[in-house]
Amino acid sequence: MNIDIILLVLMTLAALWTVMGRSLLKATIGLAVTSAIITILMFRLDSPMAAVFELSVCTGLMTVIFVSTISLTKPLTHKEVVALSKARMKRFWYLPLILILLGAGLSLIKLPNYFAETVISGIPQDMRQVLWNSRQLDIFGQIIIIIAGALGVVILFEERRKDEW
Amino acid sequence: MPSLLILIPLFGIIILNAFSKKMSEAAAFWFAFAVFLAQILLSIFHHPVFWAGHLDSLTSFFNVSFSIDSLSFIMLLCIGIVSLASLLVARYTLFNEKEKFKFINLLIIVSIGMSGIVLAKDLFTMYVFLEVTAIASFVLIAFNKDAHALEGAFKYMILSSVATILMLLGIALFLLFSNSTSFEDLRSALSQYGTNPLAAFALGLFICGVFIKGGLVPFHGWLPDAYSSAPAAVSVLLAGVVTKAAGIYTIMRVVASVCGFTDPIKSLLMLVGAISIVVGAFAALGQNDFKRMLAYSSISQVGYIVLGFGVGTELGVMGAVFHLFNHSIFKSLLFVNSASVESEIGTTDMNKMGGVASKMPVTGATSVIGFLSASGMPPLSGFWSKLIIIMALWQNGNYIYAAIAIFSSILTLAYLLIMQRKVFFGKLLHGLEGIKEARLGMVATSGILAVILIAFGLFFPFVFNALMVPLKGILIR
Repeated sequence: MNIDIILLVLMTLAALWTVMGRSLLKATIGLAVTSAIITILMFRLDSPMAAVFELSVCTGLMTVIFVSTISLTKPLTHKEVVALSKARMKRFWYLPLILILLGAGLSLIKLPNYFAETVISGIPQDMRQVLWNSRQLDIFGQIIIIIAGALGVVILFEERRKDEW
Repeated sequence: MPSLLILIPLFGIIILNAFSKKMSEAAAFWFAFAVFLAQILLSIFHHPVFWAGHLDSLTSFFNVSFSIDSLSFIMLLCIGIVSLASLLVARYTLFNEKEKFKFINLLIIVSIGMSGIVLAKDLFTMYVFLEVTAIASFVLIAFNKDAHALEGAFKYMILSSVATILMLLGIALFLLFSNSTSFEDLRSALSQYGTNPLAAFALGLFICGVFIKGGLVPFHGWLPDAYSSAPAAVSVLLAGVVTKAAGIYTIMRVVASVCGFTDPIKSLLMLVGAISIVVGAFAALGQNDFKRMLAYSSISQVGYIVLGFGVGTELGVMGAVFHLFNHSIFKSLLFVNSASVESEIGTTDMNKMGGVASKMPVTGATSVIGFLSASGMPPLSGFWSKLIIIMALWQNGNYIYAAIAIFSSILTLAYLLIMQRKVFFGKLLHGLEGIKEARLGMVATSGILAVILIAFGLFFPFVFNALMVPLKGILIR
């Protein structure tokens, strides 16, 4: 089996573990693992800069933000978590089944290779130029997103923290 | 210099928060007030010194070109007016100074996000600013932190994430054909590879994502909960302009600047628009909650905009953009009215209201102007935009859609009359004897919005020449 297929399967398992897990902290770790596998896939797909960003932002920075946010929340008791998890499984047991069937069905359909017509050329390769010249407005957008996220955490969790401590 | 519309509020927020202990709510309020007022004036007078001028010191570190045309000006005007209305409503409905300070920060961020969407010349930049708007909106919806507010914010967040995935996937597929995500490159790539099903699939994914953001049927599940559970000032902002900038403007810009009015696009837009009009209107008829009824009404009115735009003719585009502007104003007005009533009575349940107009005459009178404009009554501005949309449909031979638009206008009149009867008209309900007119700031806000509706209706020929005719230029030929 191709190593990429193994990585994709591992990534799916890590993502499922993230979504189906009963602990927020474990879900955060699952997400970090998922991102780490995506990083490897990006390296293998010849996108080292994208991989570095994925590793630093999604695996590193976002995990730190999630863990700090979780530390501001009041965890449910084990019993409550189990009850919620069971109720969720009862309601949505058919969703993974539909997904698997859909995936299997789609893989059976023989589609023409529309990708043959596509062109990928002329994209500037220098990351400095991409970030600071052609995507300058996006960088400012990212800064504003971080400010909005930080304000969100402060607004939604600050008082709850005071009540609990 | 248009970059100042993004940079000044951004650095303002940083300064306000860096000195948050010394900066009072009043400082944040007046800063936001000045920013929104400046945006309104700049959009009305669009002086070339600002819009085409360059500052060497600024371009040395921030050198970005923006999309500036008649459509951008109208959207920036809507953003300025509605943000200002939301700011004023927040001042009189939020009571804690710290809360007001935080709210104003988020309001400015939403406003930057929407201005970014409007000024973007690149699909990915547009997506980044859509996310800025969405993230700040989640927090604003959950601002009250009660179960209802958190549920509304959660629904919006989940559906918005689905929209994000669809849009990002669409952009990624576009990059298979195009060297960049700029509108210009995408347009030439689509003209070359438009017949490739992958390109059509990418466009379809992106448009589906935008439909979710715009709350169009069948992607509207998040909208009534988000509007009704959010604080009054946030409802004004969301209904007035956020869904329009994040959803409708994005569709307009992508169609006008990237893919053009192809037959499948026109059919899709008209179909989704017509379904939204009818579903929204029927759902609004059955509501007992003031804000929820207005939320469903928004779905219906946004349907008119999409239906008109889907015609694809100059008249259709003009009608759609004018209705977008009108809807921003009359829906903001009706939400300001609902905020005034809620602040006095303490509920938005229409069954617990009645005869409120006798105690709140200005709120009652302005709500009548808002509802008549929404229903398309002459000579208010809503009449003209609906008339243009119906004329465009008729001229183009879309008689069934024109009939749906006319029939739904009667439905609009019906549910808004029910609202008027339940809330404002009739005998004063027992227990409401002690209520009084809303505070001066709220009354002034609703008064100004009502005056805009009347003035734009009465001086329609001037408005048509000044705002609508230049819109012909946005269409791809």
